[in-house]
Amino acid sequence: MKITRWAATAALAAGVLVLSACGSDDNTASSSSSSSSSSSSSSNSVASPSAATSSAASDTGSASGSGSSSASASGAGSSAATSGAASGGSGSSSATSGGGSATTFEGAGFTCATGELRSSGSTAQGKVIAQWITDYNAKCGASVNDYGGGGSGKGVSDFSANQTDFGGSDSALKDTETAAAKQRCGGNDAIDLPMVTGPIAVAYNLSGVDTLVLTPKVLVGIFGGQIKTWNDPQIAALNKGVTLPSDAIQTVHRSEDSGTTDNFTKYLTAAGGWTFEGGKAWTAPGGTGAQGSDGVAKAVQSTAGAIGYVEWGFAQSDKLPIAQIDNGAGAVELTAESAGKAVQAAKIVGTGKDLALKLDYATKEAGAYPIVLVTYEIVCSAGNGDKAALLQSFLGYAATDGQQSLADLGAAPLPASIQTKVVDAVKALS
Amino acid sequence: MPETWDRVAADDRAADPRTAEAELLAEAGEHGTAATEALTGRLAGTAGSGASGTVAAPTRRHGAAPAAAPHGVSITGRSTRVGDRVFKGLAAGSGGLLLVVMAAIAVFLIWKALPAFSGNSGNLITTQAWRPQSSPPFFGIAAILFGTVVSALIAMLVGVPVAIGIALFIAHYARRRMATVLGGIVDLLAAVPSLVFGMWGLYFLVPNTRGFQSWLSEYWGWLPFLKNTTATSTAQYGQSLLMAGIVLAIMIVPTVSAVTREVFLQVPGETMDAAWALGATKWEMVRTAVLPFGRAGMISAAMLGLGRALGETIAVALVLNSGFVINPHLTEPGGDTFASTIALKFGEASGSPKGIPALVFAGLCLFVITLLVNSAARMIIARRREFTA
Amino acid sequence: MTSLAAGSRPTRTQPSELVGARLPRWAPVAAAVAGVVLALALKAVLGWTGWLTAFFSAALLFVVVLTGWSFRVEGRRRAKDRLASTLIYSSFVAALVPLVLILGYIVVKGLPAFNADFFTHSMNGVGSRAGGGLYAAFIGTLEQVAIAAIIALPIGLFTAIYLVEYGKGGFARAVTFFVDVMTGVPSIVAGLFVYTFLLLGTGLRPFGAAGSIALAILMLPVVVRSSEEMLKLVPRELRDASYALGVPKWRTIVKVVLPTALSGLITSALLAIARVAGETAPLILLVGYAAKINNNPFHGDQATLPMFVWDQLGKRTGNASDFGEARAWGAALTLVLLVLLLNVGARLLARLARPKTR
Repeated sequence: MKITRWAATAALAAGVLVLSACGSDDNTASSSSSSSSSSSSSSNSVASPSAATSSAASDTGSASGSGSSSASASGAGSSAATSGAASGGSGSSSATSGGGSATTFEGAGFTCATGELRSSGSTAQGKVIAQWITDYNAKCGASVNDYGGGGSGKGVSDFSANQTDFGGSDSALKDTETAAAKQRCGGNDAIDLPMVTGPIAVAYNLSGVDTLVLTPKVLVGIFGGQIKTWNDPQIAALNKGVTLPSDAIQTVHRSEDSGTTDNFTKYLTAAGGWTFEGGKAWTAPGGTGAQGSDGVAKAVQSTAGAIGYVEWGFAQSDKLPIAQIDNGAGAVELTAESAGKAVQAAKIVGTGKDLALKLDYATKEAGAYPIVLVTYEIVCSAGNGDKAALLQSFLGYAATDGQQSLADLGAAPLPASIQTKVVDAVKALS
Repeated sequence: MPETWDRVAADDRAADPRTAEAELLAEAGEHGTAATEALTGRLAGTAGSGASGTVAAPTRRHGAAPAAAPHGVSITGRSTRVGDRVFKGLAAGSGGLLLVVMAAIAVFLIWKALPAFSGNSGNLITTQAWRPQSSPPFFGIAAILFGTVVSALIAMLVGVPVAIGIALFIAHYARRRMATVLGGIVDLLAAVPSLVFGMWGLYFLVPNTRGFQSWLSEYWGWLPFLKNTTATSTAQYGQSLLMAGIVLAIMIVPTVSAVTREVFLQVPGETMDAAWALGATKWEMVRTAVLPFGRAGMISAAMLGLGRALGETIAVALVLNSGFVINPHLTEPGGDTFASTIALKFGEASGSPKGIPALVFAGLCLFVITLLVNSAARMIIARRREFTA
Repeated sequence: MTSLAAGSRPTRTQPSELVGARLPRWAPVAAAVAGVVLALALKAVLGWTGWLTAFFSAALLFVVVLTGWSFRVEGRRRAKDRLASTLIYSSFVAALVPLVLILGYIVVKGLPAFNADFFTHSMNGVGSRAGGGLYAAFIGTLEQVAIAAIIALPIGLFTAIYLVEYGKGGFARAVTFFVDVMTGVPSIVAGLFVYTFLLLGTGLRPFGAAGSIALAILMLPVVVRSSEEMLKLVPRELRDASYALGVPKWRTIVKVVLPTALSGLITSALLAIARVAGETAPLILLVGYAAKINNNPFHGDQATLPMFVWDQLGKRTGNASDFGEARAWGAALTLVLLVLLLNVGARLLARLARPKTR
């Protein structure tokens, strides 16, 4: 009896030891492509000398609590080593980037910092910010936590509840939200920093229909529930020569508070005829709600005759057909170029350090894709305490080097004029 | 040292062969515990059979007079008394802690839900929307109450008959050896995490039952709740309340069948033999002997299943699309339950003044509903116990 | 076959006076064949597309044919009996089918994700690439469930001891009742409760042990219930013998009752652990999620297997990677294996140790 008990204890202890010895945070070895941005490979190795030294130590696969940061640092070490070999993948995106993102991380005067940061919010920037966090952690050996996602509503509310250090949101802070945010910042203003602009795709699922042209008016009809079938005369009039099925239209919207909903309903309101309340929550009756951008994309994908609004990157990754939008100057296909045109026209409406942008949804400019959104990071302008250095460094990375990986992820970089303002604002964070 | 106590006790036993039933019972009253009472009863029984009279005496000493008998002190000295008291305190304290936790759940849920009662531009009960973050906040539980109750009822309608069938099968139809194996397999179904049911429901069941749903809508659509008014093709059917109910049904079957099985196995053999002797067929035997005996058990088992179905979170959150309207057409996609709403809406709720209180209020409603259902089930079981005892 | 219902009497060809007319032994088979043939014919004639419809109509036709035939030959009572038996058998099949489908489907979907890296790596830095694994989540689940067990098992055991050894009167009845009621507390409500009293308004951020508390609340009634049953199984004679030797009550419990019931208690503990290991709902509210290994359950977001699945399905962030689904199935299979292992282990232990006559 005693012996078996000892044996069991020993086996348990051995099991725990084995278990704790075999884990690893180091995922660079198994990756097919280096995910780090290759734009500054020379300075990369300079920036993280400590990473290079610690990578050797963590090759054994440390699983201790303190080992986590060094293990992620080893990612930086090895990626810095391999980045010279032009390993393809998203790393090569810098060549295709559009707007004026000439500024680099070091060029703008940012330095690496370490520590942890929590963030959550807009799923529109989810893919982008996940990439940034991966790249930044690899570059600087920091341990910025995973982006929490959950929608712009969550981004703002988590930030206001001091659950996160910065929040992602597709809409600038509203008057009703600033008070709570200000309180959370210890009396300092919370500011909106535009980081990513992205087109909203109107994705649909109709077998045999490869191109579909829609006008704002028809979109209002579809999402408002007046247009119920695909072969409705209003749609048919826009799509001559396309055989439209008689299927019922299944609209899909976001079920949670979302900046994408906010921007999309702003667009519908600008088009006129949209009588429902705007804002982050979808208020029109009918249709089904899906959780998150990914949920909407999956719902459209799995339901025949469905149509939904979703960020471009999600429509792309699920290979959904995207409707062309005719704002009055002819049908415009959604491309990086056509979306960029609309973003160029954005104006800064924020006051002080706040950089909230205003987009012209009713634009009639030829070749401009009108349904775009700007996603912000919401931070405290001051009073960030010991997180300030890392916050500055990470957001600085996002505003500079980070801009170069956007196009592959279905987003567009900031126009140069806005980018410089963002960089200045980030530098002023304390 | 236990050995010495044993010896002393043994000596004592040999030396003092008095048996007095009245005394024993009095002691038992003094102790007031089940174990002592049982002991007394047993001793009284064995005393009647003669030889064992010797055993009774030390117990009397043990209970009655630690101070009176000089060598009794070594057996039931003060230290052991303290040990007993501490141990009983620990045991009773644990039980008390359990009550405290239940009370704390109720208190905290009520307390933190209080802000939800004010500043709501909708009606807390009748509004079919959930927008506590917008300004002004606009939310009410009508739609989610509907979704919760309806999905749970579907689960009951589909799951309970099957579960009772399984219980009958295992208890009275299958061979003994096979029955234990099959019972184990059904119990395994109960161990599968709800997350897995949800994933299976979403990725396997929903895509593969589109045809079934469209068939229901097409041929049984004259029943308004089976009619899908929005879909024009089979591929447009999907994540409906009906499917959520069916997934829940699969989940409650093991729970319900385990409880009913136990009850069916307790049916007195005499009753069944009486039925056989009257020439009953197997079904007649079951109907006249087994089912009446197990009626209370079946009802309470069904209510336990109902409780589980009402509170299930992840499976529903995965299978169901959100809708926030009372939609009587069960084959149309969309619907929400209390639990799924809390899980899915929690993320965005934390910062706004009404977000969390609204969800806590939903949790409170769910808590109260499950509390009522479970209490009812337990009371039925308790009453039945009184009958049979 | 059902002994009486199927009419497996030796005297078949010549109906005896006592038993009355019976269907031949091959009747169910014939009815089944007839059902299938009729269903296939219907499928061909009416142009049904799905096999499911054909299957169900075959089943229905089988029941109708067999019952009708039995009604003609054997009379009303036997026909009813046959109908009931058929339904009871089919209800069992109806329960087995989903079980097989679920386990089969999850194995098929989950197994391809299994490799050495999957079990030894975290998701740190994986982003939208392939690779990575559930190591961090596995550690998180083990730690959180262990803490939950450390909280719930002693309290549950002591409560069970109280109910079995001491419990009398109103207090014990109240405890029994609320243990039963607590069994029905939905997991999300337990999570919400811990959130309201631990995180809400206290400024604390989610951490692993917060989830453990919710899991402990869910475990507690299960532990109490099953331990109670186990303690009740300990023969009264053992206690009596101990009391008779003058051993104090608490020593009797510790030295006699608990060791006797030990295997049963371990079984019930394992079953309780298995019950909460796959619990997801409270964790969504309480523990957050981290791609990195976090070995400290008392600080910072900690991944767990259910949250790993939730995250990889894109439900947490609304942003699923292309490779996430495969990883999610892999993690779900791991979770099921873990839970089944605990269950089967517990049951084997119970069976091996049951005839304990010492």
